[in-house]
Amino acid sequence: MSEQTDKRKVVIELDNVKRYFQVGSETVKALRGVSFKIYEGEFVTIQGTSGSGKSTLLNQLGCLDTPTSGEYYLDGTPVRKMSKNQRAKLRNRKIGFVFQNYNLLAKTTAVENVELPLMYNNKYNAKQRREAAIKALQEVGLGDRLDHKSNQMSGGQMQRVAIARALVNNPAVLLADEATGNLDTRTSFEMLVLFQKLHREGHTIIFVTHNPEIAEYASRNINLRDGKIREDTLNLNIKSAADALAALPKPQDD
Amino acid sequence: MNILNLFKVSINAVANNKMRSFLSMLGIIIGVAAVIIMMSIGQGSKESIRKELSTMGTNLLTIRPGADMRGGVRMDPSAMQTLKPEDYQRIMNEKKFVTKVSPEVTASGQVIYGNNNTMTTVYGESTEYMDIKLWEIEEGDGFTEEDIKKASKVCVVGKTIITELFGEGKEAEAIGKNIRFKSIPMRIIGVLKGKGYNSWGMDQDNVIIAPYTCVMKRIAAQTYFSSINCSAVTEELSDAAIDELTQILRESHKIKEGADDDFTIRSQAEMMETMSSTMDTVTIILVVAAAFSLLVAGIGIMNIMLVSVTERTKEIGLRMAVGATGMVISLQFLIESVIISLTGGLLGILVGGGISQFVVPLIGMPASIPAWSIYVSFAVCTFIGIIFGYIPARKAANMDPIEAIRHE
Repeated sequence: MSEQTDKRKVVIELDNVKRYFQVGSETVKALRGVSFKIYEGEFVTIQGTSGSGKSTLLNQLGCLDTPTSGEYYLDGTPVRKMSKNQRAKLRNRKIGFVFQNYNLLAKTTAVENVELPLMYNNKYNAKQRREAAIKALQEVGLGDRLDHKSNQMSGGQMQRVAIARALVNNPAVLLADEATGNLDTRTSFEMLVLFQKLHREGHTIIFVTHNPEIAEYASRNINLRDGKIREDTLNLNIKSAADALAALPKPQDD
Repeated sequence: MNILNLFKVSINAVANNKMRSFLSMLGIIIGVAAVIIMMSIGQGSKESIRKELSTMGTNLLTIRPGADMRGGVRMDPSAMQTLKPEDYQRIMNEKKFVTKVSPEVTASGQVIYGNNNTMTTVYGESTEYMDIKLWEIEEGDGFTEEDIKKASKVCVVGKTIITELFGEGKEAEAIGKNIRFKSIPMRIIGVLKGKGYNSWGMDQDNVIIAPYTCVMKRIAAQTYFSSINCSAVTEELSDAAIDELTQILRESHKIKEGADDDFTIRSQAEMMETMSSTMDTVTIILVVAAAFSLLVAGIGIMNIMLVSVTERTKEIGLRMAVGATGMVISLQFLIESVIISLTGGLLGILVGGGISQFVVPLIGMPASIPAWSIYVSFAVCTFIGIIFGYIPARKAANMDPIEAIRHE
């Protein structure tokens, strides 16, 4: 990837990050020294088979965990020595999570679900929270389903709510963990269309997946194997998810 | 997250699980209701005893001869002959905190009218006795100072005497009739208003009141009083009145400094205290028993909260991922358990209050809810919520967000 001095803003920087786990008497080396930078506005997929360390890497990137050694800078802030509470606050302000299982609160409306991260931010009052949530839901195309409860929505709609929730705090980076893993092909493409739209609007997106197809729609692909980077390539020929969606056979109406 | 939002989240969680929340509240409801009912019965009984004792005059002071030692043998107080007419005179002359005084001489025996007879007690008293004991005259009149001076053979009788000797409701006819007590004829000049039975089951209307001089000279043939009843100026001044009477009697009996009194003075207030403290003991025992059910209810809440925390592991993980600190998570669950126990407490107060107000009187028991029992219930419920919510809340707070969010 780009060796020349880059003028773009660095959102994420990993410097020889290692993460070891002690399981009984054995040391499991999940990450064996990973270094990369992600710039503002990139759409990066992180791929790898199970056991490649991609979940561990995701936990590092999401500040849910800290490196055994090395350093991780999120938006310029070193994370390794942070306390649990400091990391909670950092996640609240800088990261938007999208999970495979949507993880919406049950029996709760779309707006209330999206408001959740702002509930833990004292700078927002109730009115501002609601306004921000409505704006985020409009952005993902659910402006007409604000007060639908989570159990009244389809999988695609729930994932849109989850994406809106990830966007509502205006994060430095959007972290998606197998965000299309539970969806059918058509809905998966709809989701990719949305991610590409967010990418165009300038959001930094990291998409962790084991599906190599998704890399074709992102701007860069990092491939992990055995806790190390195997490949880090820029995608110069980004496919349009909208075109792919249009090319899909129409759902049979029977 | 500010505290108001936390309350909202916790209330939603309770409302989303109505049945479960209600069932865990049930223990608290029953426990608090039981405590309130026990306390209100205790308080009600106390008040009814108090009311009863106050019908005898709350400022009443009774002087009795003390139990003296004679050669190492404690003598029967009623056999003592220490309360003399001179004492009575001295009290009358020197009293300041004492208003009314009546010496008392009693005699028990058979009273006869025509073919009828009954067992009763004749109380020899002064004219002030009616005021001291709060007796009222329903028919006729009381006796006068003149009657005392002359030791007239007149008497005022209680309702029971009328019923036994003349028949029920014959009060008017009985006035002016002569009844015989131990072969002494006595003319009825008045009938007392009924007082009924007291809480020890004694018929307070089975009395004959006569001038003390008459009873001393003509019936009991004694020169001493069995007791002297006095009334203090007010209930509050009872202690001052006791000091005063003690002073007067010690002087009158020429008791040396440091020697024991040869009499005892009991106040009605003291009697009430004794009765109240007995009731208090019973109430405390009952309330403690009821309070144990609150402990069990608290454990029930803890159990439900632990299940709830496990069940909502994913929710906890999500909240942590989007920025909730352990502190905020634990507060959320703590508030939830306090809401459950406080709501239960509130319902328990309503149920207990309702039962005390409407059901307990039906079974003939006095009930009166002490206001403080409501405040205490609230405090105890909050306490239970915090104590038993603490362990589940800590469990939630200590979860690892990575594991929690992938929990299935």
